[in-house]
Amino acid sequence: MRISTDMLRIAVPVASLLLLLAGVFYLQPRAMSYNGLNLLFNLAVPIALATIAQMLIMAVNDLDLSMGTFVSFVACVAATYLHDTPILGVLVLLGAIATYAALGVIIYLRDLPSIVVTLGMSFVWGGLAVLILPAPGGTAPEWARAVMISKPPLVPMAIIASVLLAVFAHLLIMRSSLGVLIRGVGGNQRSVQRAGWSVIAARASAYALAACFAVAAGICLVGLTTSADANIALRYTLLSIAGVILGGGEFTGGRISPVGAVIGALTLTLAGSFLSFLRISPDWQIGAQGGILIIVLAVRLLLNRLESKGGAR
Amino acid sequence: MNTRTMLLASATILAVAMPALAETSDKTIALSNNYAGNSWRQAMLTSWETITGPAVADGTVAGADAFTTAENQATEQAAQIQNMILQGYNAIVLNAASPTALNGAVKEACDAGITVVSFDGIVTEPCAWRIAVNFKEMGRSQVEYLAGVLPEGGNLLEIRGLAGVFVDDEISAGIAEGVAQFPQFKIVGSVHGDWAQDVAQKAVAGILPSLPEIAGVVTQGGDGYGAAQAIAATDRPMPVIVMGNREDELKWWKEQKDANGYATMSVSIAPGVSTLAFWVAQQILDGNEVPKDLTVPFLRIDQDTLEDNLANTQAGGVANVEYSQADAIAVIDAAK
Repeated sequence: MRISTDMLRIAVPVASLLLLLAGVFYLQPRAMSYNGLNLLFNLAVPIALATIAQMLIMAVNDLDLSMGTFVSFVACVAATYLHDTPILGVLVLLGAIATYAALGVIIYLRDLPSIVVTLGMSFVWGGLAVLILPAPGGTAPEWARAVMISKPPLVPMAIIASVLLAVFAHLLIMRSSLGVLIRGVGGNQRSVQRAGWSVIAARASAYALAACFAVAAGICLVGLTTSADANIALRYTLLSIAGVILGGGEFTGGRISPVGAVIGALTLTLAGSFLSFLRISPDWQIGAQGGILIIVLAVRLLLNRLESKGGAR
Repeated sequence: MNTRTMLLASATILAVAMPALAETSDKTIALSNNYAGNSWRQAMLTSWETITGPAVADGTVAGADAFTTAENQATEQAAQIQNMILQGYNAIVLNAASPTALNGAVKEACDAGITVVSFDGIVTEPCAWRIAVNFKEMGRSQVEYLAGVLPEGGNLLEIRGLAGVFVDDEISAGIAEGVAQFPQFKIVGSVHGDWAQDVAQKAVAGILPSLPEIAGVVTQGGDGYGAAQAIAATDRPMPVIVMGNREDELKWWKEQKDANGYATMSVSIAPGVSTLAFWVAQQILDGNEVPKDLTVPFLRIDQDTLEDNLANTQAGGVANVEYSQADAIAVIDAAK
């Protein structure tokens, strides 16, 4: 029996997640409970959402360097407008999503490097966030707070949310025709164009969908923290890119894996906790986190090579 | 009879003293810190080690571990706090990356029955204790000191911190309050020194030519030495520059004091405030009633305490003081 490429692609992230989880349980048996799992993973939910958003951008061969500031901006909107005047808040967020769609179109039409455009936009989002919330504060919308601290029976909220997100993103991107189109643009833009599809529409919808997930990430984050800060999610830019790559995605070619991306985000969060339980000095923690990433990627590369060898035989 | 009374008395003292010791001897306290990249934070962590080491050794508490996040980010620190909940600490002492963004994690900790004490970088979550700095008073006290040494008043130059930061607004508001209280003073100029000597020196050098004679310079710390350098480069008489406990500032002050009897004062917050927070957490775990809002005492250096403080300050560092259990009890009583 031959293992398919997709299976292999997902096997490495799953294995690394399980390995880390085993390590955490060994170091801290208290984590092996309903509350423990929730505490371990609840901050991974917004990261997973931001990772899916980043993955959609990467699916069309672009890279979003404004993800962290955009999620921070959404968090600020959620803690202010969305809480005080929900209609205005929804309008602002819809406007932000429309801006993202427009960015996707502009990047394609003017043939601009997405890294430069999104890096520029990161200052715009950061500035808007400071304008909305000059000093840290605001209040999370009650419903967002209620969802994030809910305690469903048997399985903690963080796990349910991660599984739902993985299934939803998988159906949306791997099974729907829009998803196929988006990945097609990343794989071979010209052939999609020749086949009569609108690349502009595909790119616009990829960016808009990404913004939707990023908006969800910001709202979830505020639901967890109860109030916002203009710099709350700056780390999400790099975490989301690392999550996609860790989960089996690639920078080019529309090769992505939604389930892998969610697992990648969980793995990154867990790696932080694992190192903290190990009592590694903070000076070494970033290095150790990088080390874990490199090991996982090396294993994947090795498996890819073995697979291509097997195919050639 | 006499012996028996003494024995009885000792037994009573033991009975009173023992439970107080035993109350927290099985408790663990963790320090959650978001940043370690400057001399103030390094001194803060060193003070924590110095004070908690003996406290653990003599059994006052079972453990006092310090954790610093790998990156100065609120989301990182929230995860760190959640990990501490899992590790089963009884109290978390916290210097927060954000006053609000950690509230969710702090609430989780409170709900798990953990005592959370925030200091310096405080959190707004009501279930946590706050050991805050009264920056306003820090600004006001400078003008009060100047009123003492310059009774006839005069013109003041104000050096502010980093624009848009809460601390800068507070200290500046305090200075304005002080000037209103002592109307013989007038602020004739104000520049942003960003709490850095080189920035302050440039800013002061830039504004000096446009100023009348100045009697005093009110500062925010980290900027006094730069101001002194800028003024020394002109032929103006040296005004009274309020210092901010930095080693270079104290050293300059000492040189001037020895050369021409120059007098001023220096005020800032000691990094050892982490140890105050540690003892406050210990007192709360001990079952003592502690008000939720406490104020950090300033570390003020005057003409007669300059030498001692300078001797105890590392090159490039900040004057520091470590707090004892008795100091913490005094702060708590003052707030009641």
